[in-house]
Amino acid sequence: MCRFKTGARKLMASEKARLVSLEEGLFAGFLVLLTFACLIVAGKTHDGVMSFHALIGAVAAGAGVFIIFNNYFNSENAAPVLQEIDGKPNYNMGPVKFGTVASMVWGIAGFTVGLIIALQLAFPALNFDLPWTSFGRLRPLHTSAVIFAFGGNVLLATSMYVVQRTCRVRMPGSVLPWFVILGYNVFIVIAGTGYLLGATQGKEYAEPEWYADLWLTIVWVAYLLLFLGTIWKRKEPHIYVANWFYLAFIVTIAVLHITNNLTIPVSVFGMKSYIVWSGVQDAMVQWWYGHNAVGFFLTAGFLAIMYYFVPKRAERPVYSYRLSIVHFWALIFIYIWAGPHHLHYTALPQWASTLGATFSIILWMPSWGGMINGLMTLSGAWDKLRTDPVLRMMVVSVAFYGMSTFEGPLMSVRAVNSLSHYTDWTIGHVHSGALGWVGYISFGAIYCLVPWLWNKKSLYSLKLVNWHFWVSTLGIVLYITAMWVSGIMQGLMWRAYDSLGFLEYSFIETVEAMFPFYVIRALGGGLFLLGALIMAYNLWMTVRAGEPAEAAAPAPGVLAAAE
Amino acid sequence: MSDTHKKEIDQISGVETTGHEWDGLKELNNPLPRWWLYSFYACIVWAVGYWIIYPSWPLISGYTSGVMGYSQRADALAAYDEGVSARSVFADQIVATALEDIPATPNLLEFAAANGAAAFGDNCAPCHGSGASGSEGYPNLQDDTWLWGGTLEDIHTTLLYGIRSDHDEARLGEMPAFGRDELLSRDEIKQVSNYVASRTGLETQDGVDLSVGEILYVDNCAACHGDDLRGIQEMGAPSLMSANYLYGKSLEAIKKQVHSPRNGVMPAWVDRLDEATIKSLAVYVHSFGGGQ
Repeated sequence: MCRFKTGARKLMASEKARLVSLEEGLFAGFLVLLTFACLIVAGKTHDGVMSFHALIGAVAAGAGVFIIFNNYFNSENAAPVLQEIDGKPNYNMGPVKFGTVASMVWGIAGFTVGLIIALQLAFPALNFDLPWTSFGRLRPLHTSAVIFAFGGNVLLATSMYVVQRTCRVRMPGSVLPWFVILGYNVFIVIAGTGYLLGATQGKEYAEPEWYADLWLTIVWVAYLLLFLGTIWKRKEPHIYVANWFYLAFIVTIAVLHITNNLTIPVSVFGMKSYIVWSGVQDAMVQWWYGHNAVGFFLTAGFLAIMYYFVPKRAERPVYSYRLSIVHFWALIFIYIWAGPHHLHYTALPQWASTLGATFSIILWMPSWGGMINGLMTLSGAWDKLRTDPVLRMMVVSVAFYGMSTFEGPLMSVRAVNSLSHYTDWTIGHVHSGALGWVGYISFGAIYCLVPWLWNKKSLYSLKLVNWHFWVSTLGIVLYITAMWVSGIMQGLMWRAYDSLGFLEYSFIETVEAMFPFYVIRALGGGLFLLGALIMAYNLWMTVRAGEPAEAAAPAPGVLAAAE
Repeated sequence: MSDTHKKEIDQISGVETTGHEWDGLKELNNPLPRWWLYSFYACIVWAVGYWIIYPSWPLISGYTSGVMGYSQRADALAAYDEGVSARSVFADQIVATALEDIPATPNLLEFAAANGAAAFGDNCAPCHGSGASGSEGYPNLQDDTWLWGGTLEDIHTTLLYGIRSDHDEARLGEMPAFGRDELLSRDEIKQVSNYVASRTGLETQDGVDLSVGEILYVDNCAACHGDDLRGIQEMGAPSLMSANYLYGKSLEAIKKQVHSPRNGVMPAWVDRLDEATIKSLAVYVHSFGGGQ
């Protein structure tokens, strides 16, 4: 890294300074305007939370302007970035590194908040009678931190890595990739602090208010352009399957996000807004969004990760090209219909809920196509499971994926749903997918990425990966079995009638009965968090003390801000 | 498809690759697993069958209603009507029967107990506790201390209109805030509280003249709590000789209550629950053992 930089500096010292590029100029201009806009809002709004958020926006945008110009005037960066060095693509890995670190930081924060709210359900005194620490505010903080902050950074980082490597080309732009990854994390900060301070539009998994939504839209469009730009520049004749899934994820999330957040602010200087949809239409849009957030964020995006990292780690070809095509198109065309199964037995017309349920059943095999392709890719390499806990983690992840994509269609059938709906069974189902599938495939990918990105021969300790695997697997099993039992118990207690036709149990009796399971669930969550802490230590030591890889590849990025 | 890559045979599986390669990754050209494909088809067939049987697809102004004519809404309404009519035999009798006659009629008592228990769990337990034993500020319904009376009729009236609720017929009775509103000085509160404590068997503070406290009691408290400290139920003024104090039985708690009393509220249920349920609740609560 350093060697290259020194060389570059010597080489460029004699050359004339370059002009500000169009990209730098446009971003700097946009960010300057944004800084002023934020300052005006911060000054004019009567809303404390909005004023705070506008100040964050002003500081972030101002810092962006500073970074752009600081970079421009830095003599090391006087020459345009090289696309290739010695005939090899000069991959831009700075933003990938940032996203990898951010995902671990947010992940541990999100798991911790999850553990706190799990304990609050068992021991309500832990709400501390303060608005900022109440369950109602911490719960969206947990869900957003794990889905959008942890999961989102994993997706951004891996997609930037995978699309460059499989297209054999550097990402376009020098500011754009940084704008995407930093802008996304600014959104996370605004969303998270907003929850704690009580800013919410009350839509599950889409709680941030209109100005945060607007900012995310800008960042997301930039992300789409960055991804498409890389594919456009590609040096490979074909587009790798992982990139189809990433692209489906990026495009669909854009559509979902915009449609579900079509709100009209009460005032430009106030944070409250009202959604344009009303009544059952709003509910339908919300769950069309909610279910496809699962389908395209937590499924398509993470299948993309699986399609790159599993064959890479197993050193085996993908099992079936044809299966990947068929299950890809089937998955994205069918998933989008399944949302209404979240609204069984509500004001939603019966035909809509039936249609949603049948599409959920049809979705079963397309979902399993990914599982088959993931697992069968290991044929010829199953012995590696004994020696490589990282690969084992990813394989178990695919198994959890298979399990929860079987359980999902099952729960979408109205008869099953009448028992499962509103109970903890749903929470158990979500977490078998979230902890088992999304968590493990992300951990696997990060375990692969860190040595590659920081040019290390291997991880600091495979033994610690093994510990992480077993501790967190035990945690997941405790979590989901506790929620299955308590959820089904809860559902049965709610529907129990005595001989005279009166309810057998009052609501509070069902809550009391859940207590032991809440404690077991918190224990499971605690183990999962412990596993993540072991992982963070292992990764830290890999970066700090890992043995450098031999024949070090040329520096992946030349943006000084990367390091 | 112009393919510049060469297809090769994977040594381990013996299957041909597609010839593409990305960053060292290749793909095998395995066919779709048969069981997967047939399961996929089976799911589609099942869904089509479902669409034929049940309401499922939207039309321009309506939807396909399915060959069975099934309607979830009609189903739910029928089940609801069935439940109401099954209960109505007894519910109508409860409404028609005088309150005090219900416990004497075994059938009705059984029904009232079941109805009352279900209604109590969802409406009363949040304050009075699922075992009806109350907590500080929320009366225990199991003991024989009744602020507003423990006869069936008293309990029924309390249930209907509540205590200090927003209903016109609510039971009203408010203790003045002797300290907060500066009706008594700090010293006087200390003296009168010690007097009450001495009468009800609590420890008193040294150096307090109980006779001064007694005079203060007669002047300020006796009108509601009675000369004998046994309270006046019609005003909701509790007996101070009781073992059960709603806001805690200690000298400190008495002082606190004299200074700034907490006048708790019970909602009126007359507009929230039906007549049979309220009567059932009265019978149910009365049956706890503390009823008069």
